[in-house]
Amino acid sequence: MATQTETGAEHFADITNPVHWFWGKLNWDIFPFYDPLILGTFIVTIALGVGVVGWLTHKRLWGYLWTEWFTSVDHKKIGIMYMILATVMLIRGFSDAVLMRIHQALASAGILEFLPPYHYDQVFTAHGVIMIFFVAMPFITGFMNYVMPLQIGARDVAFPFLNNFSFWLTFAGVVLVMMSLFVGEFAATGWLAFPPLSGLEFSPGVGVDYYLWSLNIAGIGTTLSGINLIVTIVKMRAPGMNWMKLPIFTWSTLVTNILIVASFPVLTATLALLTADRYLGTHFFTNDMGGNAMMYVNLIWIWGHPEVYILILPIFGIFSEIVPTFSRKRLFGYTSMVYALCVITILSYLVWLHHFFTMGAGADVNSFFGITTMIISIPTGAKLFNWLFTMYKGRIQFELPMMWVIAFMITFTIGGMTGVLLAVPPADYVLHNSLFLVAHFHNVIIGGVVFGIFAGITYWWPKAFGFHLDKFWGTISFYGWVGGFWVAFMPLYILGLMGVTRRLSQFEDTSYALLFGIAAVGVAMIAIGVIAFIIQIVVSIRNREALACGGDPWNARTLEWSTSSPPPYYNFAHVPRVYALDAWDHMKANDAQVPKEGYVPIHMPKRTPSGLIIAGMMTVLGFAMVWHIWWLAALGFFGSIAYGIYHTFDYDRDFYLQPDEVRAIANGRRPVAPAE
Amino acid sequence: MANLTHPAKPAKSFDFYSTDPTSHVDGHHDTGTMLGFWIYLMSDSLIFGILFAIYAVLGTNYAAGPAPADLFEIKKILLATFFLLFSSITYGFAVINMQQGKERQMTTWLLVTGAFGIAFLVMELLEFQHLWHLGAGPGASAFLSSFWFLVGTHGLHVLSGTIWLAVLLVQVQKHGLNEDNKRRILCLSLFWHFLDLIWIGVFSFVYLTGVLL
Repeated sequence: MATQTETGAEHFADITNPVHWFWGKLNWDIFPFYDPLILGTFIVTIALGVGVVGWLTHKRLWGYLWTEWFTSVDHKKIGIMYMILATVMLIRGFSDAVLMRIHQALASAGILEFLPPYHYDQVFTAHGVIMIFFVAMPFITGFMNYVMPLQIGARDVAFPFLNNFSFWLTFAGVVLVMMSLFVGEFAATGWLAFPPLSGLEFSPGVGVDYYLWSLNIAGIGTTLSGINLIVTIVKMRAPGMNWMKLPIFTWSTLVTNILIVASFPVLTATLALLTADRYLGTHFFTNDMGGNAMMYVNLIWIWGHPEVYILILPIFGIFSEIVPTFSRKRLFGYTSMVYALCVITILSYLVWLHHFFTMGAGADVNSFFGITTMIISIPTGAKLFNWLFTMYKGRIQFELPMMWVIAFMITFTIGGMTGVLLAVPPADYVLHNSLFLVAHFHNVIIGGVVFGIFAGITYWWPKAFGFHLDKFWGTISFYGWVGGFWVAFMPLYILGLMGVTRRLSQFEDTSYALLFGIAAVGVAMIAIGVIAFIIQIVVSIRNREALACGGDPWNARTLEWSTSSPPPYYNFAHVPRVYALDAWDHMKANDAQVPKEGYVPIHMPKRTPSGLIIAGMMTVLGFAMVWHIWWLAALGFFGSIAYGIYHTFDYDRDFYLQPDEVRAIANGRRPVAPAE
Repeated sequence: MANLTHPAKPAKSFDFYSTDPTSHVDGHHDTGTMLGFWIYLMSDSLIFGILFAIYAVLGTNYAAGPAPADLFEIKKILLATFFLLFSSITYGFAVINMQQGKERQMTTWLLVTGAFGIAFLVMELLEFQHLWHLGAGPGASAFLSSFWFLVGTHGLHVLSGTIWLAVLLVQVQKHGLNEDNKRRILCLSLFWHFLDLIWIGVFSFVYLTGVLL
């Protein structure tokens, strides 16, 4: 127990002192405003925040936001909120990327090291954490939330309140991560916070605590959302939609959420144990008293590798919807696509050790995991061939979503090949922890996930808002991203082969300067892509009259296109009956007409503020735990439980939408928010 | 292989939108709760799986401190085990009574269940207190960290279950045995039996092997 109290003494605030009792570790020195970069960012952020709040107040939009969005249990609105959150965080995470590229370009040329090492370490940690947890995850959750219930002909998800609550838990995680930029510090450990570096001994500050509380709160939200979406698919499909008539994106949503439910608890448990090491003086992952840091590395990758597939499988689903639509053919090899998804789901649990071949598990263990890793490329390859064969002899339309698909197929395949290269343990011993690895996973994540997200946004935007996205700015964004990706990351492959390790902020040798310079040019091109994307949205909203479209602008094949754009909040006045795969295509081929009469009362959930309130209290809990303000933490903890119990006393959670109302909306009246 | 996209046309025409109210799917959400709760329990069992795995790896790292045989009072643990096992049986009686609509008997059995749950928790607290006084707190060694966390996480679950039980009793008093309350009692039933199952694992894997090996 001796070591525990020794390290604890400096880490824990003295609670017998009334000031510390009240404020925990908070004091005036924690604001990192001595750094002009952070001060500048802070001023800009505050100005933007005040601007947005002022504009919303001026336009009297708070009431509207509260009733129509924040407390909404409509899966479509929650989906859109996920997408907005992810877009904002994309800009934050991308700013970190820009900082790193500029820093490395200048530092490798021996010109300037403008980020001190400790700050640089926080930047790359924040970049990784934000891009995975608060950009990619909310984007795919947003897609799954918005599209999947529409595709299966459902009116909402299985647990609408839980859906709202999950979103606000994710938001709570975002709040804590963003707060760490200005109040205190963020982890300087890398995005998975390996101990012993992330333990109390080597990271005594609040950075890792921000990391832990943020991810654990957001992770609970993700698990709940996973359960919700699985039940939705299993229980709420339209009549006639059996498993092999399920749209392929819904299949990918199903396997993704199975992965979520079967892997996020591992993350929760692992992070909780690290939290215990830091707060309770336990010895799970410490160097002394029998702890085992490699246990953490194993556990976090048992979550971490399925996580990679959680990100990419829904994206495969998106591409599998887009390719048939714009090739004017049915998807080639639907059945093999479904099997490939399932095989990838299982295999994704059998490869985690390839993230640390160098741990020294021995040749036999490494060979096993090397081989399983290579096997994953087989179902993935099958999917690529299916997309190619779908396009073969199709009448391909080069709309924006299809352009992203082509860019994806080329980029992702290259990334996949470097992945197979890294799967060879001897090669991995050389390339481990180098920029080659960094280039590889950006190659698959940008080339796969990010391109897929943009493809999906341009594909489903007309459904969500009733107008197209502007094609000119979309094309600029496309070339900025795709060209920028290649210019930014190919030099990193070469640098990695030259032996440059990742996460470096200082350089002895200026011979890397040219390649780092090229990479910086690449990130500037991506910046054009990001800015063009935002301009694209603004321009499209302004020109929405000219860009307006009907329910089925792409002449697509699945049920979400059978209702109006945007859909009414109950999605379908008449739930369709499904006879075939690509149900909407089949309905169009058989000249299906939506009946104008025969409306029956529709059972819908009521909106509720409980999710926001409980998640708000959990944010308070997280913040108070980070700063050791124990009384406030207790308040947040017991408050959230008490409010949760209070919520269960509300038995009046749904209402019936009357046929007259449905008829009025079907005949073009604007739907208003559902009843209180 | 059946044609997926162009099935044979039925005798009449395809009935794409059924306007017959008797066949209408009105989007009732209730049917999914039990499945959702099962899936939640599976995810929770993964958390316990991790804690068991941690115990398997770190459970012999005593760091020159006490080992299981020095600490566990197996007879008291056995008593606590029986409290929990009996609470499962009594919960079963409560559910049978619920299905027969006997609200009073059900309430009684739930109260008995809650009493067993509290008795188990008291036994656990006494054990923790005992260990703490021996200097065998969670920070003493990796073995004790993993022990406290595995047993403590289970204990926290039993505590949540007991609080949930209390809340449910109030709700049954207020609203009677309506559909919502029946569903909740069945969910808690799943939860309660699940905790029993976990405890059997803890008892055999941690306590029995700890004392015997």
